[in-house]
Amino acid sequence: MLLEVTELHAGIDGKEILKGLNLQVEVGEVHAIMGPNGSGKSTLSKVLAGHPSYEVISGDVLYEGKNLFELEPDERAREGLFMAFQYPVEVPGVSNSQFLRLAYNEKMKHLGQEELDPLEFNDYLKEKAKVVDMDPQFFKRSVNEGFSGGEKKRNEILQMAVLEPKLAILDETDSGLDIDALRIVAEGVNKLRGDDNAVILVTHYQRLLNFIVPDFVHVLADGRIVKEGGKELAIELEEKGYDWVKSAGR
Amino acid sequence: MMVAVIEKDRVEALKNFHTDPREPEWLRDLRQEAFLEFSERGYPTVRQEDWKYTNVAPVIGSMTVAFGRNGHGALKDPTHDERRLIEQFNFQRNGFTAENLARADLVSIVIEESSEPIELNSLVDDDSAHFPHRLITVKSGATATLIETYSSNASNFTNAAMQIVVEDNARLTHYRVQKESPEAVHYGVTEVSLGRDASYNSTNINLGGKLSRHDIEVKFTAEGGEAWVDGLYMINGTRHADTHSIIDHQVPNCTSHQNYKGVLNDKSRAVFNGKVFVRGNAHGTDAQQQNKNLLLSNEARVDTKPQLEIFNDDVKCSHGATVGQLEEEELFYLLTRGLPETLARNLLTYGFAEEIINKIGVEKIKAELDNAVLHRLATVL
Repeated sequence: MLLEVTELHAGIDGKEILKGLNLQVEVGEVHAIMGPNGSGKSTLSKVLAGHPSYEVISGDVLYEGKNLFELEPDERAREGLFMAFQYPVEVPGVSNSQFLRLAYNEKMKHLGQEELDPLEFNDYLKEKAKVVDMDPQFFKRSVNEGFSGGEKKRNEILQMAVLEPKLAILDETDSGLDIDALRIVAEGVNKLRGDDNAVILVTHYQRLLNFIVPDFVHVLADGRIVKEGGKELAIELEEKGYDWVKSAGR
Repeated sequence: MMVAVIEKDRVEALKNFHTDPREPEWLRDLRQEAFLEFSERGYPTVRQEDWKYTNVAPVIGSMTVAFGRNGHGALKDPTHDERRLIEQFNFQRNGFTAENLARADLVSIVIEESSEPIELNSLVDDDSAHFPHRLITVKSGATATLIETYSSNASNFTNAAMQIVVEDNARLTHYRVQKESPEAVHYGVTEVSLGRDASYNSTNINLGGKLSRHDIEVKFTAEGGEAWVDGLYMINGTRHADTHSIIDHQVPNCTSHQNYKGVLNDKSRAVFNGKVFVRGNAHGTDAQQQNKNLLLSNEARVDTKPQLEIFNDDVKCSHGATVGQLEEEELFYLLTRGLPETLARNLLTYGFAEEIINKIGVEKIKAELDNAVLHRLATVL
């Protein structure tokens, strides 16, 4: 089991948002977590990534059999956990390529593998940029600074391509994207999904799932998974709306 | 009372202040005058408004440095222009400038045409006092780069002056790097005067010294001048770094840009005071001034005061100052990509300073700074 979430209760500022969430993800699977605003989707992403503002109240999360909460956010990342941010952060003055090379080399160091010098990394990065059709001129620019919404999301997927995570959590990656940008981002994710990794798509809308077809769909309402099924559940949800599952969950 | 005693001692010690008979009489008289000024005033105290955050006297009073040597003499026979420039030096600015002129090692460089960067390096390795005083003239139409570096590994005292004239249509790029030892006291003044359509682009890096102060004054004397006065002070430990700037728009249609950034760690303390004067006839002035500070420790402190004094309506001026800490969301973002916390903090600090570092067109200075920011800062909060 790659990820096993058991009876997770967590929140922020003393407010409980996740109220006993269970989730199991195996390698090679793509899971969609859908839910209305305020259902706890983003809280789940942030708790898994280790955001310091969120507190875990009770419950367990095992990642590759280890207690995830014993790892710092950067350790989780080096162990292969990746979160694509809903609102990617701008880091002025730090170039994309510099940042990505440092991140890549930290992971390599952790795995006891060879680090890449700037020239070698540049070749590697050019190759990876094809995944999201990104112009190499973005490498020199400051991380996300002055990027459009679509460019920021593409940059997140580029980072995913570079770091090759075992588990990628895409937090509302579709939000704010027009259809062309959505297609590029989704195609990028499809190229990266494989038998040796897993993806959790956190989304409000079914639209993304037309492009990235999940193996499982979980519906989150009021901090709990209230309905689970295959990809057809997303379509049913789109037709009937979230009120349908909210009442079903009670 | 300690301070008074020390000053009295110094006055005693300077009684055997001798001028060099090989120098022209006007210069010896001027030195004498400056020496008397210094004897009366001593080093600045916190009672002076411009020095209220920088308490110099006790720090200098506790130092033992060899004061006796008057090394002046490099400039034995100043030209008419050099004489005029020396006479224009505002030695009454403070006790340091008075002492500098009294004891100055005068050197003059006249740049006629574009050439390789001119390097003026001071390296001090004993507990001594030094009073370099350089006159730089960039002749009409010339382009030049000047690199001025101060380094030391002793409890030394540097009291430096630089007078720069950028003549009509001339361009000067000036890097000033102060990286003296953590025991050193550094005072420096830069006086710049710009001719018609002249350009002066300066980057002032302050990394060293137990206590350092840099006064920089840029005057526009003819229309069409443009100046960039930028800087980075990056200090740790209990270092104190003070920058005072004056940009004086005396004539119409000149442009000044000022961008100073500060990175403070541990218990270090910085002062930034920037004055921009726009005189009554200086219409068409465009003056911008900005000072941003990053505090990496709760115990670091900065006092920043940007000031605009405008006596003309037809101008474009802006100024601002900020003091902040590393953004937690930026830090989290870097952590989620696997960067260890120390590296993530250093990278964000680098990002803050990058605007100034990347301005530097001389690779070895830039590389040294890259390294200083990314690796030297031990940022533990």
